[in-house]
Amino acid sequence: MKTTRRLFLGGATAALALPAHAQSAAKVVVVGGGFAGATAARFLRRENPKLHVTLVEPNATFIACPFSNEVLVGLRELSAQQFRYDALKREGIQIVQQAATAIDADTRTVTLSDKTVLSYDRLILAPGIDLDWKALPGYDEAAAQRMPHAWKAGEQTTLLRRQLEAMQDGGTVVISAPPNPFRCPPGPYERASLIAWYLKTKKPRSKLIVLDAKDQFSKQRLFTAAWKQLYPDNLEWVSLSQGGKVTSVDPSTNTFTTEFGAHKADVGNVIPPQRAGRIAELAGATDRTGWCPIDPVTFESRLHKNIHVVGDAAIAGAMPKSAFAANAQAKICAAAVAKLLRGETPAEPRPINTCYSLVAPDYGISIAGVYHPVNGLLADVEGAGGISPVDAPAQTRKAEADYAAAWFRTITGEVFG
Amino acid sequence: MRAILVVLVLAAPAYAADMPAGASSCSGCHAESTKAQSPVPPLRGRTDIAEAMRAFRSGDRPGTVMDRVAKGFSDSETAAIAAWFAAQKAAR
Ligand SMILES: Cc1cc2nc3c(=O)[nH]c(=O)nc-3n(C[C@H](O)[C@H](O)[C@H](O)COP(=O)(O)OP(=O)(O)OC[C@H]3O[C@@H](n4cnc5c(N)ncnc54)[C@H](O)[C@@H]3O)c2cc1C
Repeated sequence: MKTTRRLFLGGATAALALPAHAQSAAKVVVVGGGFAGATAARFLRRENPKLHVTLVEPNATFIACPFSNEVLVGLRELSAQQFRYDALKREGIQIVQQAATAIDADTRTVTLSDKTVLSYDRLILAPGIDLDWKALPGYDEAAAQRMPHAWKAGEQTTLLRRQLEAMQDGGTVVISAPPNPFRCPPGPYERASLIAWYLKTKKPRSKLIVLDAKDQFSKQRLFTAAWKQLYPDNLEWVSLSQGGKVTSVDPSTNTFTTEFGAHKADVGNVIPPQRAGRIAELAGATDRTGWCPIDPVTFESRLHKNIHVVGDAAIAGAMPKSAFAANAQAKICAAAVAKLLRGETPAEPRPINTCYSLVAPDYGISIAGVYHPVNGLLADVEGAGGISPVDAPAQTRKAEADYAAAWFRTITGEVFG
Repeated sequence: MRAILVVLVLAAPAYAADMPAGASSCSGCHAESTKAQSPVPPLRGRTDIAEAMRAFRSGDRPGTVMDRVAKGFSDSETAAIAAWFAAQKAAR
């Protein structure tokens, strides 16, 4: 039966004149096993169980960023953020625990840190972000040991948590928020909210200052209203026009220097400027901005054929750099790649994003968007999306906090479970 | 035997690629399996999605986020999504 079918299939594909590599099983390599890459690998196999799918990821355990702000203030443990690749392995995805170190778009090969070379018919790049260690004077990898970024979850999260726990009541916490674009646009403000909650409940004489390189940010009206109501004495936000832009930091004294002066912190959290994960640049898939331009229907790189980019590394137009968006993009990209390998044309997608933030443990707010390709970019579908009502009752805020937690369980189930 | 195979091969692609635009994003919140504990209902096998989306869109049904998401889809786009989910085996 098996042989008959295979023989028959061979005949059928030849008759339909599909690309040569579609006759044998096509090879797709996915680089990066985060929200985007792990989703893409899984959905490729669902689209076409015959595809050879290899997922390249250096870490055996993935540590998720969403909800890591809760970990910082002791509302959650880091262990709740950890996910492994066993379920993906069971589905027939080959997991290679290496980092990709080079990509050759001409020969369609990926080189790994152990010098293995993998060839592909199509490559999906999903390396997330790298922190830009050259963008903020004084802030490099060594400085991050004193002034953590905690913008990639793991040791950095634990370090910042320990610093907050060790701080005396009456201390000053300073967060510097980066210019756009960056991973998780509401993330710095969720973090500010939860740290203010922690200070108010545990160290009430302490203060948090947010130094911002922007005048505007995601869910601003909701955050600002909640801060006024909940943390009037503990949280101060300094916008760009008020002199919030940090121009350098000094880790030896925990000092943030702005255009208007200097702030010495007891705990300093630097969220630095960011760019696509380095491998995207090595692949030649990044442009001058440091991010990857893509086609909004297939997520294929505008710079190299047969390379697709999903998740934080991609320039996805109006779509934010979120785990929800990374997952939604990866499902669309997986379907598109499977179609392209069959010689078919993918249809226009309509991805959705929903991001929750916690302002306090029982106080959730959200932003949603629906997107479609317009002039080669993903643009907002007009009239759709937006933020939670500004005047919602406490019951709605509580419901959104519950939905936030449910979202995390659902999405990590779909990606890793 | 061959005849059956032809049908199988040609009819087989119930690929997610054939999901109508928008539908693949839903499972970010609406779990495909009922294993995930969530107040957000699974969608597969349901037949009331078009009606619910219309009510969210018009404001007849209050939503937390669905009122905002529903506005991104027309009646006919919603109908395609609803028909796709209705044709799937219910989540277990
Ligand atoms: C504090 C915080 C809170 C957040 N909260 C939310 C939230 O509530 N909701 C939400 O939707 N999003 C949230 N986010 C954003 C979310 O974490 C990211 O948008 C998401 O992780 C992006 O997915 P990704 O797959 O692109 O990148 P990642 O998830 O970072 O995955 C990238 C993977 O690629 C691997 N990799 C990198 N380079 C290589 C290489 N050379 N070879 C092989 N593998 C490589 C990495 O090891 C990593 O596993 C938050 C982020 C932060 C920092």
